Amino acid sequence: MNAAVLPRPARIAGQWRQSWERLCRHRPALVALALLGLVVLLALLVPLVSPYDYATPNWDELYQPPGGGHLLGTDGLGRDLLVRVMWGCRISLLVGIAASLVSVLIGVLWGATAGYAGGTTDSLMMRIVDILYSVPFIPLVIVLTVLFGRSFLLVFVAIGAVSWLDIARIVRGQTLSLKNREFIEAARALGLSNTTMIVRHIVPNLLGVVIIYATLTVPTVILFEAFLSFLGLGVHAPLASLGTLISDGANHMKSHPYLLTIPAVFLTLIVCSFSYLGDGLRDALDPREQR
Amino acid sequence: MSAALPARRSEDRTERAADGAAALLAIRDLRVTYRTEAGALHAVDGMDVDLAPGEFLGVVGESGSGKTQLLLAMLGLNAPGARIDGSIRYRGQELVGAGERVLRCLRGARIAMIFQDPMTALNPYLTIGTQLTEGVRHHQGASRAAARRRALELLDAVHIPEPERRFAQHPHELSGGMRQRIVIAMALICEPDILLADEPTTALDVTVQAQILALLRELRTRTRAAIVLVTHDLGVIAEVADRVLVMYAGRVVEQAGVQRLFEHARHPYTEGLRRSIVPLAGPLPARLPSIGGNPPNPAELPPGCPFAPRCAYAFERCPTAPPPLAPVAPGHLCACYYDGPRGRIR
Repeated sequence: MNAAVLPRPARIAGQWRQSWERLCRHRPALVALALLGLVVLLALLVPLVSPYDYATPNWDELYQPPGGGHLLGTDGLGRDLLVRVMWGCRISLLVGIAASLVSVLIGVLWGATAGYAGGTTDSLMMRIVDILYSVPFIPLVIVLTVLFGRSFLLVFVAIGAVSWLDIARIVRGQTLSLKNREFIEAARALGLSNTTMIVRHIVPNLLGVVIIYATLTVPTVILFEAFLSFLGLGVHAPLASLGTLISDGANHMKSHPYLLTIPAVFLTLIVCSFSYLGDGLRDALDPREQR
Repeated sequence: MSAALPARRSEDRTERAADGAAALLAIRDLRVTYRTEAGALHAVDGMDVDLAPGEFLGVVGESGSGKTQLLLAMLGLNAPGARIDGSIRYRGQELVGAGERVLRCLRGARIAMIFQDPMTALNPYLTIGTQLTEGVRHHQGASRAAARRRALELLDAVHIPEPERRFAQHPHELSGGMRQRIVIAMALICEPDILLADEPTTALDVTVQAQILALLRELRTRTRAAIVLVTHDLGVIAEVADRVLVMYAGRVVEQAGVQRLFEHARHPYTEGLRRSIVPLAGPLPARLPSIGGNPPNPAELPPGCPFAPRCAYAFERCPTAPPPLAPVAPGHLCACYYDGPRGRIR
């Protein structure tokens, strides 16, 4: 009797384990995961153990080249580049992941609901999307800054507010075509509620598109944050994100190229890792994928 | 016990059901109309159907005759934009115009449906177990363990080997016949009163078809559900049904017990369908007889009998007004002006 009851939780774990095994077979994704893990680990640890901090200028050690006392050199104010880049990774990853998660969550639910409901609800919901699309973004951020003061949270809100619109549109389109599939009708014939239909039957089938899109969103958001910071609306000095480090470095590209290349390498690493990881995740989470 | 259950294959079922009291489902003058640019499209054009508890009703007709629309109307699942008129009463409860909430309680629980193509009727992302148990968990609030036990029982009932293993698998890991068994099990899990089957064997190859039909026949005796089987294949109906409804252009043209229909088909259309069945024994004809012409466009139905333009027996009265469905023998209804044995032409 026990044997008949016990396997159930084991099977659920089995499903995830299967996905994990499929991910492990996807070499590039695995490498990407390892690299991302390494970057996260470094970003967390380095500022803790390093004797330098990201803010204090050191007038005796301006523009130190990599190597020596400062592993990655120092910038124009003599601040340790390694610590600053690691802080940049922290900020950029945080903004990228958090804003992407928020925008994917809102976008998927909004788009799936609109597409599934159809008719007036759909038109209404999508017109709201259109209206938000047409709101000029930079003035919006400036207004938000004026209203709420400059805060880091604002960057999330502002980026999240724009990037979910794309996802909502894509997801709605996918839902429209999914809705006519027979298994959706079969599920309706089971008498399930609309919420259950969307969450259980529509959303899992959107996973492929959503994951691809989410992994594309993370780098976009990171770059976007760099742009906002450049305008002075995002992270502000002395704190740095990868974006601000790169734009600072670009100013000294000729004389001190390492100020540009080092943060750029980290940004590229993060962005590429995300897209490979997304690729692998999509395959791993699709039960039909079997190799 | 057996006295309480309606006797199978009784020719007088139609008459007993006609008073409506005994009927599990009573459909009166059902019309399903779609507004299109070409005008009103009459998918179902005034149908009366009665279904007795435990009965096996076959509905035959060619593509576009409104068979599927009839089934969907019973669940309130016609495409948006469909206009449903008339009455569908389930145990006296009116379903036409009933709220979504009422219908949702019936769907899957009291009236369940088996879909045509098992390749597309299952969600590729969910395990068999999840999909199978969804119905009981939703309608009866069954616990995970109870739902699982019930699902395993049903997998066994539809003859799926190694139910424990299948339970954890995804649809793509199973064959078409196996999936159709799953779809059938899914429909049965809440022990519905009515099982609607929309061409459940069409998408399967012939040997699997025979197995699924055998399964349906077996389930008919094991469950108390009334089954409505919709198909374009009269051969399938002959295998399993008690009573047959022949549909043409959204109307019932003939209705009789299965034996009666095969021996004494009265409507020229039924006769045509019957003759186009591939004979299993005897020499194969060089060319299988077929019914000439095409079914009428449901947006432009002729004023008279819709079959008249294709009918070998049509005479001057046919194109004037649609013939009423009238009894020609006990339990046998036919909508045709042509009166065979007393013969105008034959």
